[in-house]
Amino acid sequence: MAVNRRKFLKIGGASILAFGAKPAADALGISPTEWLDEKLGGFTIPETLLHLFRKPAGSVAGEALTAKRWAMVVNVRALDEEIAEACKEACHRVHNVPEIDNPKHEIKWIWQEEYEHVFPGQQHEHVDEALKKLPFLVMCNHCFNPPCCRVCPTKATFKRKKDGIVLMDMHRCIGCRFCMAACPFGARSFNWIIPWPRAGAEEERRFKGKEPPTPDYPTRAKGVVEKCNFCAERLAKGQIPACVEVSQELCKKKGREPALVFGDLEDPDSEVRQLLRLHYTIRRKPELGSHPNVYYIV
Amino acid sequence: MLEKAFVGGRKYWLLIACLLGVIGVGFIMWLWQFRVGLGITGMSRDVSWGFYIGQFTYLVGVAAAGVMVVLPYYLHHYKAFGRITILAEFMAIGAVSMCLLFILVDLGNPVRMINVLLHPTPRSVLFWDMIVLNGYLFLNIFVGWNVLSAERKGSPPPGWIKPFIYLSIPWAISIHTVTAYLYAGLPGRGFWLTAIMAPRFLSSAFCAGPAILILLCLIVRKTTKFDPGKEQIRTLGSIVTYALVLNVFFFLCELFTVFYSQIPGHMHHFHYLFFGHEGHVVKLVPLMWLAFACMTAAIVLLVIPVTRRNEGILTVACVLTVVGTWIDKGFGLVVGGFVPNPLERITDYWPTVPETLIALGVWATGFLIISLLYKVATSVKVEVGAGQA
Ligand code: SF4
Ligand code: SF4
Repeated sequence: MAVNRRKFLKIGGASILAFGAKPAADALGISPTEWLDEKLGGFTIPETLLHLFRKPAGSVAGEALTAKRWAMVVNVRALDEEIAEACKEACHRVHNVPEIDNPKHEIKWIWQEEYEHVFPGQQHEHVDEALKKLPFLVMCNHCFNPPCCRVCPTKATFKRKKDGIVLMDMHRCIGCRFCMAACPFGARSFNWIIPWPRAGAEEERRFKGKEPPTPDYPTRAKGVVEKCNFCAERLAKGQIPACVEVSQELCKKKGREPALVFGDLEDPDSEVRQLLRLHYTIRRKPELGSHPNVYYIV
Repeated sequence: MLEKAFVGGRKYWLLIACLLGVIGVGFIMWLWQFRVGLGITGMSRDVSWGFYIGQFTYLVGVAAAGVMVVLPYYLHHYKAFGRITILAEFMAIGAVSMCLLFILVDLGNPVRMINVLLHPTPRSVLFWDMIVLNGYLFLNIFVGWNVLSAERKGSPPPGWIKPFIYLSIPWAISIHTVTAYLYAGLPGRGFWLTAIMAPRFLSSAFCAGPAILILLCLIVRKTTKFDPGKEQIRTLGSIVTYALVLNVFFFLCELFTVFYSQIPGHMHHFHYLFFGHEGHVVKLVPLMWLAFACMTAAIVLLVIPVTRRNEGILTVACVLTVVGTWIDKGFGLVVGGFVPNPLERITDYWPTVPETLIALGVWATGFLIISLLYKVATSVKVEVGAGQA
């Protein structure tokens, strides 16, 4: 417990330094449920996320990236194994997504899938062999009409009004997993076990090192759902999503067009809109009416 | 009246002790789950609800079935059921308590449960489910207790209780309808996405619940001085028959839509459950066949008047009904909806030992509640001289 406590203070402190708007007392003040969490469930992280997400646009840093509706275009032809793997690695590193060997307990925010699993029903026997082998990157689609938000009984999953990002308040989630049943894209993961290292329990160290790789992003408690957040915390600091950044660097090096492009769908001049004009794009399961905000150029 | 629960013979106390033992084991396992996380269960990223939610779903039906006794008695003045309404209401109390406990043990973060009340979210079906379940629990405790108290005093139940009784009738329907809606409104889950889900839920409830009630009545007759009555059991038998036939009919309707339309996303789940999908044949396959064999056999025994009226055969038919509907709804329904997953991958599910023990603990808690309440009810009945039918 001593270790947890220390880390708790450390990360709490880091969050105050990073987003210093809130007074220290406020950020560290522990509500009764959190106290219980800490005592009973081993939860150690203050409401960093909460402060982050609830902040009005631009108040964190003058240069925060804003949009009316964030969207992503995945150009699968420009992807390869290496880039896809680097995207996954970057995302999971900045968000402290633990590595868990048991596929049943796996947590993944962005990962590779084969064509036939990304677009089930689109597959037919004469599909181009090359297409079948391409590493499609999948993640939460940040649906415009998200079924996951509809079903959540605590509003722990919500669509942020100002830019359409579907976010998780992991401090409010009760772990009913209704959202997992509702998401038709398998985008959500659940913390079936304690995802962060605990003193004296070597087998529970889920991160390669002893400490989580990114100290200013919270680790999670067991028993809550999580998923891709379109790097909301990076946008607030004026950075583009980690996967997009990494993929663009690599693509540049390899001399190809960017594999991942991020931008405002409601801005007719944005790069994503230009791509949508230039290419025929498809979305996952459009027939379900959830209106994914991730588009694929195949 | 409660004191009557605390006087009893050796056998009664032995039963209580056994139930407490099972509860104790379940509770210890739950503490473990609380500490380590839901990872000790067989559930996974792909099959994110399992045995717990299956039991919850099944027991909501058992609870709702109380209405099959209350309704004929109060709306149609079918006098005979006056003898057993209290048994039906008390069974409902036990069943709803189990439902709430199964939700509790299924939560990843039970200490935050209060968030559902702190942030009420009317667009979530789970919010409504919570309201109707707790409301139904309250109604049954309230009505059951008042009616039994009045009976003990030898007076008719007070007039003001009537509205609550009438309210409990649609309310019983609502608990099961709302629970069906938990499933029936999810996109991309072909197995559940069907308008006939709620009717299917109700039909299986109205056969499983009364079947359990018949079995409970027979136990009461054997072990206490109170006889629920021959006619009562016979009428319940007819109810089970109709509901069971409807249940299987609704299932066939489902099969028609799914297999005549030939939509793969809807067919896969049935394939997986009944034949194994793409070579994945699991323990579930024989179980599902067993479920439908049980229900078919029960239908045969129940529709033939001679066999239905024979209490021994009726008992067998009731057991078959309970087993069949339990596998179908308490297991197949939940797992079948998740496999194959939305990316058309197959992850099998089977409950682990700790998961099963926790579930047993919850069942034992429900049976403890029912035992105590039945002890009170039968003692009062005997006291006021309603012993023999
Ligand atoms: S992809 Fe799934 S988790 Fe993401 S917004 Fe859509 S429904 Fe929700
Ligand atoms: S698991 Fe958490 S986020 Fe998902 S529906 Fe339940 S409370 Fe909401």
